[in-house]
Amino acid sequence: MSSATLAAVQPASAFGRTLRIFLRETRYEFTRLVRTRSFALSVIGFPVAFYVFFGLVMNRGEQIGSVSVAKYMLAGYAVFGLVGAAFFGIGVGLSSELAAGWLELKRASPMPPIAYLLAKCCSAIAFGIIIVSILTGLGVLFGHVSLSLPDYARMIALTIIGVLPFACMGMALALLLPFSSAPGIANMIYLPMSFCGGLWIPIMLLPHFLQRFALLLPTYHLGQLMLGSFGYASAGTTSSHWLGLAGFTLMMLGIASLGLRRLEENS
Amino acid sequence: MNAMLERISVPTSPIANESTGAFASLTAVTKRYSNGVLALDNLSLTLRRGEIVALLGPNGAGKSTAIKLLMGLSSPTSGAVRIFGADPRNTAARLRIGVMLQVGKAPEMLRVREHIELFRGYYPNPMPYASIIQAAGLEGIEERMFGQLSGGQKQRVLFAIALAGDPDLIFLDEPTVGFDTKARRGIWAQIRSLAARGKTVLLTTHYLEEADALAHRIIVINKGRVVCEGTPEEVKSVGSIAPGTSDRRSLKTIRCATTLAIPTLLAISGVTSAESSSGLTTIVSTQAESTLRELLALDTTLHSLEVQSPALEDAFLAITSDRE
Repeated sequence: MSSATLAAVQPASAFGRTLRIFLRETRYEFTRLVRTRSFALSVIGFPVAFYVFFGLVMNRGEQIGSVSVAKYMLAGYAVFGLVGAAFFGIGVGLSSELAAGWLELKRASPMPPIAYLLAKCCSAIAFGIIIVSILTGLGVLFGHVSLSLPDYARMIALTIIGVLPFACMGMALALLLPFSSAPGIANMIYLPMSFCGGLWIPIMLLPHFLQRFALLLPTYHLGQLMLGSFGYASAGTTSSHWLGLAGFTLMMLGIASLGLRRLEENS
Repeated sequence: MNAMLERISVPTSPIANESTGAFASLTAVTKRYSNGVLALDNLSLTLRRGEIVALLGPNGAGKSTAIKLLMGLSSPTSGAVRIFGADPRNTAARLRIGVMLQVGKAPEMLRVREHIELFRGYYPNPMPYASIIQAAGLEGIEERMFGQLSGGQKQRVLFAIALAGDPDLIFLDEPTVGFDTKARRGIWAQIRSLAARGKTVLLTTHYLEEADALAHRIIVINKGRVVCEGTPEEVKSVGSIAPGTSDRRSLKTIRCATTLAIPTLLAISGVTSAESSSGLTTIVSTQAESTLRELLALDTTLHSLEVQSPALEDAFLAITSDRE
């Protein structure tokens, strides 16, 4: 009997330990990102500034389909913001800690690696929620956006899930590129990917070949899912967008694991 | 599969067992990187309970590869790595080690206190916070951001992180880089007291003075092999043997002002070389005592006498350059 209790207690306490480490790791990672002004200000400031200009100031009360421009643009810039938080928070953060040898010190400690990765993801999710909430507040207050509570809840749920594919992309980037070029290349991926995915200006205003190209972009699929949650009828089906996101996530995980293997071979 | 590996590695590592006092060991370890570089070449070393061991070697000798293997950050091409009788990747083994690495940059926007609390949280029985702060000399800067610290203070935070889990085995990679003499002596005292409490310390250092002052045992490696191993005195005497001789008795350097001519000096027993410059004569002898007796009898006016053991630095240079 006592051995049965022991066996039951051991995994539970190991899980409890990992959970405690994960929670503390998350708290400090989030605190660190908030204190790193260059990160916090740009990752929150850019989507907010863009939304204010293109969604609110230049808005003349027009409709796109059944949705007002302010609400349509809210979906785009919400995705733009959460992608930035995930991609830069994890990509550039991991890349810098890898380059500085800090990750090595962490790996030599008894810290469970999963706690480290999840802490980074959760911090990105927290930033994503902050950004989406600020944008929503601005839209409701200044753009006459009408948003029900379930609408908002669906946006937050999509934010939480939507961070993951871009967190994986960040991880792949950090494992493949040296830190000296990572932030620059991250921007060169992030900005065109956002534009071509229809996050800045509605996708149907883009040239035809870009609309076709957008089908390959995770930003397009997440943007369409976000619009779909507002009741906007998007070009593809909901399941095609989910498939697109899942495929992209798997591809990024594959690239990341290749990068990890290369890293381990060299260490 | 695991059991098979155990059985294969046991005969090759008869001392990799905690009960015999071996805390960690590399047994016939070869490490070849994927780019073909041979970093370690059939290297074996053992760390015992309560000792301070210094790993010395020129850049590229394989010091950091050896340490990385012991920390479980890398796996050997062949040979066995054991920490407390287990694989170093094992979490149970990791709970008993502390690591201080040369880190380019730690997260700068966390406070000293937060860094230490974070690492303390990884261990079920960490060292009390106050003891860590005191041991690493961090009083008064606990609330500063890591990024605001001076180079020496950053090193002390990294030292504190190595102590966080109250480990039995501590790896210190260049622990006192960027320290002034006073701070260096402070950390030395801490390292000695760790060893006095039965902890094992493996340190790499560029400061030969540090290895000499601190280590019970020095392991000199070059080109991935152990070229010499022993107490600081033993290493110095090995290094001071003139190339081509096999005399293992310790060499001494005698300096004095004497009127005796060089050929007379060379005829004295034990003298291997003699030269004079600007009024002072430098004599190297393998039997300093008898050389001195004869010297003093031959020249009653001899003065400014000075007898020295060769410096560790000379020994180190001799060892690592002679055996290429």
